[in-house]
Amino acid sequence: MGRRGVFVLAGREWRGACNMISDGFLNYSWQQGQEKLNTLYTKGKNSQRKLVVFLPYLWLFLFFLIPFFLILKISFSSSLIGMPPFSSIFEWVGDNLLQIRFNFQNYLSLIQDSFYREAFTSSLKIAGSSTLCCLILGYMMAYGISRANPKWRTVLLLLVVLPFWTSFLIRVYAWMTLLSTQGLINSFLMKIGLINFPLQLLNNSYAVCIGIVYCYLPFMVLPVYTTLEKLDPVYVEAAFDLGCTPWRTFWKVTVSLSKPGIIAGCILVFIPAIGEFVIPEILGGPDTIMIGRALWWEFFNNRDWPLACALAVAMVLLFVAPIMFFQRQQALALERGE
Amino acid sequence: MRKMSYSGTVSLIIGYAFLYLPILFLIIFSFNESRLPGVWVGFSTKWYHLLFDNEELLAAVLTSFQIASMSATSAMILGTLAAVSMVRFGFFRGRTLFSGMISAPLVMPEVITGLALLLMCVTFERLIGWPSERGMMTVTIAHTTLAMAYVYLIVQARLQDFDRSLEEAAQDLGAKPIVVFFKITLPLIAPSLLAGWLLAFALSLDDVVLASFLSGPGATTLPILIFSSLRLGITPEINALAAIVVGIVSIGVTIAGFVMVRKKR
Repeated sequence: MGRRGVFVLAGREWRGACNMISDGFLNYSWQQGQEKLNTLYTKGKNSQRKLVVFLPYLWLFLFFLIPFFLILKISFSSSLIGMPPFSSIFEWVGDNLLQIRFNFQNYLSLIQDSFYREAFTSSLKIAGSSTLCCLILGYMMAYGISRANPKWRTVLLLLVVLPFWTSFLIRVYAWMTLLSTQGLINSFLMKIGLINFPLQLLNNSYAVCIGIVYCYLPFMVLPVYTTLEKLDPVYVEAAFDLGCTPWRTFWKVTVSLSKPGIIAGCILVFIPAIGEFVIPEILGGPDTIMIGRALWWEFFNNRDWPLACALAVAMVLLFVAPIMFFQRQQALALERGE
Repeated sequence: MRKMSYSGTVSLIIGYAFLYLPILFLIIFSFNESRLPGVWVGFSTKWYHLLFDNEELLAAVLTSFQIASMSATSAMILGTLAAVSMVRFGFFRGRTLFSGMISAPLVMPEVITGLALLLMCVTFERLIGWPSERGMMTVTIAHTTLAMAYVYLIVQARLQDFDRSLEEAAQDLGAKPIVVFFKITLPLIAPSLLAGWLLAFALSLDDVVLASFLSGPGATTLPILIFSSLRLGITPEINALAAIVVGIVSIGVTIAGFVMVRKKR
């Protein structure tokens, strides 16, 4: 069994999880048809087995599936003043006549109101550019770690994961203190005489990008590292022997062979980034509208629950579902290729 | 092994500087006398004193720890059951839906999960009168739902790569499935259960979004408290808190490192 303990969190287990992730993120959930099923406990009493499945099943059914259908349902109702602040879709009119009223107004206003369009495009821009920055920095680090002395690799990986165990809010706060008008960067620049007035570094979309890159960097480094670690140096040497330039070798061999890790890392960063609420709320300005923030505002400040639900549905349809679909295609292609 | 290249070293230095300098400055300025985050005035521990006198904050820490330990424990149990049924039970009715549901919280933006669970609480309250109010209970349910997906991921990876012949041997020798599970399987996957529990605990301690949707007036968790004070601006008390958290985490990791090195010998 070897060494295991609390340490596994940063070492083996994380890598195990990431191995799986980089081999086609979450593909296990799509492959039930193909994967070999181990049926060891089949001799067990059926009632025992049923109980084992039943508990988590019931939990997820109650607290995950039903809530999502509620979102879908409420997105078709109209907002009211009262508690709960939305109308019911189903209504008994008379004794045995059920009236079902779908209100598409929420979806229409998502399309018509430029505020939401802007929220969607700026979310895409911010999440996309921070994923790209994360990829560049994360790839550099993963490459560096995979080339380091094997003795040091575990420690280096651990150092990537360590900030992840400190609080998320504290990491965002760290950038808040650095970037604020009286912060360290501004006071340093003023001291050396480069600027006379503090720069507005905080409360814009660049600050949000920095925050996202800072918080989600481990999600990029780990899957990229796992593919780079598995990469056989023979390929690189062969390319060199055949007269390939270092840069071309890096591009054609190393990068193209680590593509699964790159895709997995980008998805792991992009998905939380697109729905991010905390980072734009703290580091962003009033004009940094991201879709998660718009949802929060509609829900808590405007108390327009149906519109918030419509936003959630749109978010799932536009961002989450396509990525899961793409992921599934990737996993299937990977399987066919092997 | 090839020698470490120049570019590799430089990229590592840049990367780790980016990761650690902000936290380092945060800790240094927690001892700053001034309230301003960029000007060093003098050494002082007054922010730590203020922190320990803040009763609201201490209550929030207690609430957070209670929620985290409850949700981590239930997430560990449910996640393990889910992993065992997915990896060991072969086909059962509704397996596809089950596998979709268990991994969906991982890819769902937190605001959506929070919104969904809140709507469920409101609807259940109207239909069956439970939960009568939002508080620790509802936050625990939300954290369990999110964390069990992570526990599932860790435990199922472990279940898939350990030697099954041990289980088969026990079964051939006449052990009942339940005995096989408790005597053979559970001890073998125990490290991953611990890993899952710790991850679930950390996720719960760190969560703002789900907790904001689902907590009531009586159940302010530590992240909610920090978040509301961050919205108002910078205060060195948070620096002091950050220094304490970083200290605890580094001590924990160092101890774990020593334990690991010892086991190796």
